[in-house]
This record gives sequence, C-alpha cells and structure tokens, in this order.
Amino acid sequence: MNIGVLVKPVPDPEQYNSITIDPETKRLNRSGVPTIVNPSDKCAVEAALKLKEKFGGKIVIFTMAPPDGREKLMEVLAMGADEAVLVSDREFGGADTLATSYTLVKAVEKKSAESESFDLILSGNESADGATGHVPAQVGEMLGFNHLSAIVQIVAEGEGRPDSLTVFQKIENGKNEFEIKLPAVIGVTRDINKPRYTSAMGVIKAKKKPFDTYDCEALSPDKSRIGIEGSPTKAGAIFTPDTGRKSEELSGSPEEIAEELVKRIKAIGVTINSGGGCRE
Amino acid sequence: MAEVNYNGVAVVIEQREGKIQPVAYELLGKARELADTRKQDVIAIIPGYNISETAKELVGFGADKVVVIDNIVLELYSTEVYVKAVFAAIKDVNPEIVLFGATSIGRDLAPRVSARVHTGLTADCTSLDIDEETGNLLMTRPAFGGNIMATIICPDFRPQMSTVRPGVMIKSEYDSARTGEVEILDVELSAMDMNVEILEYVKETGKKVNIEDATVLVSAGRGVGGPENIAPLEGLADQLGGEVSGSRAVIDAGWLPKEHQVGQTGKTVRPDLYFAMGISGQIQHIAGMEDSEFIIAVNKNPQAPIFDVADVGIVGDVHKVIPALKDELEALKKDKDVEAVK
Repeated sequence: MNIGVLVKPVPDPEQYNSITIDPETKRLNRSGVPTIVNPSDKCAVEAALKLKEKFGGKIVIFTMAPPDGREKLMEVLAMGADEAVLVSDREFGGADTLATSYTLVKAVEKKSAESESFDLILSGNESADGATGHVPAQVGEMLGFNHLSAIVQIVAEGEGRPDSLTVFQKIENGKNEFEIKLPAVIGVTRDINKPRYTSAMGVIKAKKKPFDTYDCEALSPDKSRIGIEGSPTKAGAIFTPDTGRKSEELSGSPEEIAEELVKRIKAIGVTINSGGGCRE
Repeated sequence: MAEVNYNGVAVVIEQREGKIQPVAYELLGKARELADTRKQDVIAIIPGYNISETAKELVGFGADKVVVIDNIVLELYSTEVYVKAVFAAIKDVNPEIVLFGATSIGRDLAPRVSARVHTGLTADCTSLDIDEETGNLLMTRPAFGGNIMATIICPDFRPQMSTVRPGVMIKSEYDSARTGEVEILDVELSAMDMNVEILEYVKETGKKVNIEDATVLVSAGRGVGGPENIAPLEGLADQLGGEVSGSRAVIDAGWLPKEHQVGQTGKTVRPDLYFAMGISGQIQHIAGMEDSEFIIAVNKNPQAPIFDVADVGIVGDVHKVIPALKDELEALKKDKDVEAVK
C-alpha cells in the first residue's frame, strides 16, 4: 500500500499567545516561536506507519515550505517514513488553501508518475495555524479521489493491498462509520493516535533516505494557479480581537455577593427554576 | 468564456434526517442583511430527500428563492453527491456569495465545492461584512488559536465562498407574510457516485447536549479544582434552566466531554447569561464566549484576563460563591411557591 502524507511546518501552537501584531508595520510578529510539524500531520504520519506495518508498501512525505522545511521532513523520516519531497520555490509563496492544494497535487502527481501510484493520501485534518481544514478536500477533488475529513479511526483489516478502508469520522454528537474506496484522501484529527517518538537509530537512517526537492520548474504548474497570484483569497487587515467590556467588581461575603448576583440575573430576565430540576 | 452576471447571496441549507439545522437560520439572517445591502436576493440551496415541504418554510425565514435538489441518494450526507448537487445549484443560480455552516458537513463539503468551482473559500468566519463599492465580502476569521483575527477578501473570483461558525450570526425570524419562489432543480445523481459508503451512524450515548442552544451556561475552568466539583455547577445550571460547559483545560483533563467545550477549538456560544467559573480567560476561550449577553466571572486571581470581558467580576472562591448563589436562588423559588399557594 503506497501512502503519501502531506505535512506542514507551523509555529508551535502552544505558543500562539506570544504571536502579536507589530504596531508599526501591522505585520505578524512571531519571533521566538519555534516551528514544529503540525500536530495532526504527525498523527497522519503515525497512521501511515501503522497501515504500512499491516499492509506493507511505502510512505512518501510531502511538504510545501521554504528551504528550512527540510529539517521538519528529516524529523518525519526519522519516525519511519521512507521518502520525502520538499516542494519549495519563491513562486509558491503566499499561497492560499486552493493554490496550496493545487501545488501539492502537482507534486503528488509527479511522484506518482515517476514511481508507483498512491493508494492513499493522508494529512492532518487541519493545520494549527490557519485551521481551515480545506486541504484534504481540495486535494481529493483535484486528484479525482474521494476524501473524508475529521477521521478519528482507521480500521486496518484483511490481507494484501486493500481496495477500501473502514474509517470513523467525528461529527457533532456522534461518529459516522464509512467504507471508503481507494484511492482516497483522508484527513485525520489528533484523536486518532499518539505519534511515536523518533529514535536515535531513526535519525541516522533518515539521512540515507531518498529526499527530493521540487521547485516550480520541476512541477511545471499552471502559473495562474500558484503562489500569491494564483490565490483567489487575499489577506486583508489583521488585528487582535477586541474583548473590551468594563468589568464591575462585586465584593462582600458570599451571601451578599449571591444576593447581588440574583438581582442581576432577574434583571436580565433569566427564568429561575427549582433546585430539583423540575421546570416550570 | 461568456461573461456571467453573478447576483444574489446563496445559503447552502444543512438538514439532517430532514430537519433543518439551527445554523441554517443563522446564515439566512446574515444573508438577508448582506443581500439587502447589495439590493439582491437571498437564495436557499437545499439538498436532501423528501424535503420539498420543509424547503418552502425557508421563504418565511428570509429566502427570496429556494432551490431544492430532492433525491433519495441525498437522504444522508455523502460528499460526492452533495458536491454535485450544490455545484449544479451554484451554476444554475450564479450567486455572488455562497455561505455554508462551519459544521462537520459544511467543513467537508465547502472546500470540495470551492475547488470544483475554482474560487476562494474562507473558513470559520465569525464576521461578514460587505464593501458596498466593490461587492467584496469582508470575511473575518480567527487564526493562531484566536490570538489574531484576519479579514480575507476574494476580489477576482465569484462566487465568494465562506463557512460560518455556528452560534455567531443571529437567526432570522420567521415571517409568514414573506413571499418567494421554490424551484425544484433536477440534477442527475446516482448511487454510483457514492464511492464512500456510510455503514453506521453511532450516536454518542447520554444526554444530547447542544451548548450552542443553551440560554444559560455555567462554565468550568481549571480553577474549579477537579472533576468532582462539576456537580455543583450542574446544580446551578439546572436552577437556571441551563447547561454546563467548560474551557479547553477542563475538556483536555477529561472533566467534561468534548461537546461541552467553549472556545476556538470548541464551540462559539452566545447565551443570555454566561458564568465563567474558575476560568482564567485565555484568548482561545474568550473567542468562543465574548458575545454572550451577560457575563459573570468568578476567579481567585484578580489579574485573570476573564475579568476584562466580564460584566460582573468576583475575585473569590467558586466553591464559596456557588453554594451561596444556589441557596439564594432556592430561597427565591420558595418565596415564589408560597406566593403561588396564597
């Protein structure tokens, strides 16, 4: 079973509190925030490794990033993936989700044409930074594959190269169980697994694994569909959310506070029920 | 390519088991406002099965035109058939704007439709406005866990597409006096298109909770101390006909199930009354509750950022305030009962 995994380097979500807007330039200031592999993409890599353990085959990781994205790919190769492709060119910069999906699809198609076709493309359901969740669906559409998003479980059963997979999708108030025909694109959430750590041996082995870099020329894309120019959506103003509300402080004994709160609750017209839970 | 005249604000109406989902009314409310600014029509697009009768109601909720795609293969959501249906409707109507709910279905459907149409899509919008001159939709959405808001535009492509967070926009009111037309759109769909087969829908056990619909929320933060301290909050919520909810810390710790989570990675709520109990007020939490009508915050730490967004703040121990408040409410109830007997 050949699996492509799409991963994205993102600023560490644990430190989003320290991302600010420079008051002078009005640009994003994320200095000091380290770049990591998007957490749910790491889960996608883990899911791919589990499928490979069951069905065999190979795992190719794709990332579209500046040249330093190589470091993150090495980390994922150290987890056990077989090959990596860094899709990198200034011309790809500033891409929105549609242009990103298109560029990744060109890379997947190039890799498929050069070796074997993919049975499955996995990725995190969404990136922690933008969190749109668009890429799995758009890549599916452009490759002509089915897709499913928000997958929390993949059931690996049977022998040989499977032609479908049973998967569970998280939805509001429940889960859907699907059988999806392959080839397909699946976006996984962080609930699916706990990604393995890299071993020292893994790091050493990673250095010897095939590593390709595809630039714009290598992909020969439709230039009207890549980068900032090929992105239908454009980023306008950025700002920090306005949460200003004048807080009035209540003080006193708990009883006094409670009495005052009840007055407020009555004033805003909330109905008060009995403590026993029976409704009027 | 012939010049297409894009006109109208379309809403893709989500129904499950034939029942229109609350977010659809919220989108119709917003669509009406945008369309009125542009002096255009609101078009409701509803795919489903046996939904023609239900679809007529959408006129009362603000649609000038309802496009119904009624087919047995649309009974349950399945990506490809829904994409085909919605794509056909968009090509039929050529709207300037298409809105989807940012639900699990909307978030699955919209990006695939946007790729087929080849236009821009902005996810999880919390505010929509229009530039009257250009007709550009100003789509504002949170990024970086809600720390940054960004306004996105789609200047060169039409329709402009957006998924909108449930619970953010204000529902349209039903008005039986409204008039509009209902069109049945015939789209060739077949079960063969469903390369993804739904085997089972597993409903989560226990009481079905939808905190987005609650008028009162008693919300727990890490400051409540532990899972054993959730019960008193539930008691208070019961007294006020509300529900309990929680911050990400509480959900991550397993004190409350995920569907109770308020915030950027949870749900956006706007109840009449929101209690923030022992919640410090991380921006990602505030993003999910700041539009509540009235906010009461209780926290030991006087510096907690939650106090900046609260209407009323109490620097103190939730374990002292809650019992006192419950007693006070109980006393009030008894007084009322006595009055009723008299």
